Parts: sequence; structure tokens; C-alpha cells
Amino acid sequence: MDALAPKIFFLLFAVMMLGSALIVVHGRNLVHSGFALLATFFSVAAFYAMMGADFLAGAQVLIYVGGILTLLLFGVMLTNRIYDLNLRTGTFQVVPSTLVSGLVFATLVSIIYRTPWRQIPNVSAFDPGADEALSNTHAIGQALVTDYLLPFEVASVLLLIALMGAAMLVRRRSDL
Amino acid sequence: MIPLEWYLVVAAALFSLGLYGVLTRKNAINVLMSIELIFNSANINLVAFSRFAATDTDGQVFALFVIAIAACEAAVALAIVVSLYRILKSVNLDEASALKG
Repeated sequence: MDALAPKIFFLLFAVMMLGSALIVVHGRNLVHSGFALLATFFSVAAFYAMMGADFLAGAQVLIYVGGILTLLLFGVMLTNRIYDLNLRTGTFQVVPSTLVSGLVFATLVSIIYRTPWRQIPNVSAFDPGADEALSNTHAIGQALVTDYLLPFEVASVLLLIALMGAAMLVRRRSDL
Repeated sequence: MIPLEWYLVVAAALFSLGLYGVLTRKNAINVLMSIELIFNSANINLVAFSRFAATDTDGQVFALFVIAIAACEAAVALAIVVSLYRILKSVNLDEASALKG
């Protein structure tokens, strides 16, 4: 029976993730979409935790929920007239888009189930949580300052440039 | 325990929902939210393969880089949307059809 609990949690978070993602892409109210995105990000963080990526789960909550989602909600507030309380947005091309994305989903699922993953070396029918009781945060930290030092530094410079560019872009013309 | 395919199918569903959002939404901020969904589905795949198909943490380091790039993308894209709103007084993507402001 102990194998049942992870499956229940998996299904719970999968339903929460996909349901809130549906609200994000199909909700009529822009603020509702933003808050549904919060639930999606939390469910993705739960998935990371279930896969043993606890550092990534923390980073997901900190960066996505604390950073990107806040930025998106600021974007909603800066680009809509809040006082008319009617942040409705429309959808268009619903039928062709449903066809295209449904077709993409069907193709992906058929590829996933036809690929013989178990025959690839190193793919194991593994046991989450049993083989790696310890956190892998230490291993990620070591990888970032040894094997991935150059990409790490490039990413930090890119982040700096992107944030400076963003601040530059939204300045008013009179400030230039 | 949970097989690899389940994670991949959920990630594929999240990707398809994000694609649907990118294709149907008129509001630029909604399109950005849908792009974030696509980033997250790619990250789920990276972490799943790092867990099931490799013995090291390479996939998780890649996912961290994806999160960093997503932060850059969100900042720059929102700056563009805000300056677009100043010019057009709207964030409807159909109206943003000219490169010159």
C-alpha cells in the first residue's frame, strides 16, 4: 500500500497544475489568470520535490512565484486601467488552436509511449526517495562552480544586462 | 512507483495548454503567461530525465539555467509590453503591427 500514496499525490498535483493552467489560458479575467498561474507554479514545484530535486523546488517557488509572477502582475496593473475593474480579455482562433495543440499533444503522447525508455542504458525502474535519502543541493552547488562555471557567469551577466535593458526600455522619453 | 511516462505526459499536456494560450490570446501579458507554462513543461522534462535517465544532476543544473533565462525573458518582455502600452494605449497584439513607434 505504500506505493499508492505517491501516485495519489502525483495525480492530485497533476490535476491542480493542468486545471489552473487551463484557467491561465482560458480565463476571462486577467487577474484570475495571474493567480491561477501561482497554483501552476506551486504544483510544478511539488513535482520537482517528488522527483527529488528539492533545491530546484525551492528555486521555483522563490524565482517564479516571488519574481516572475510579481513582475507579471505589475505588468497587468501597469497596462490596464484598473479603475474600470473590467480586465476582460478575449480569445480568438479557438477552433484551429484547439486542433493544433490537441494534435501536438496526441503526437507527443504517442511518441512517449512508443519509445522503449527502459532499453536505454542508465534508465532504471527506480525508487524515488529510497536510493537518495540525502538532498542533492550539495551536488548542484559543486556542479555550478566546477563543470558549469562559465555558463553560470554568462547567465549572471546576461541577467544583469537584461534587467538594465528592461529598466532602460520603460524609462519615459523625458528622462533620456 | 511513478513511471517516467506519467511525468512526460503531464509535461506534454502543460506544453499543449501553453501553446493553446499563445495561439488564442489577444492580450500580450496572457501570451507571456502561456510562455511561462511552456518553460515549466520543458523544465519538468529536464528534471524527469535527470532523475530517471542519468546518474548525475546535469538536468537539474540545466533547469536552473532555464529558470534564469525565463527571468530575463519576463523582465525584457514586460518592459516591451509597458512601452507598447504607452504608445498604443492597448496591449492587444493585433494592433501592434508596426515596428516604428
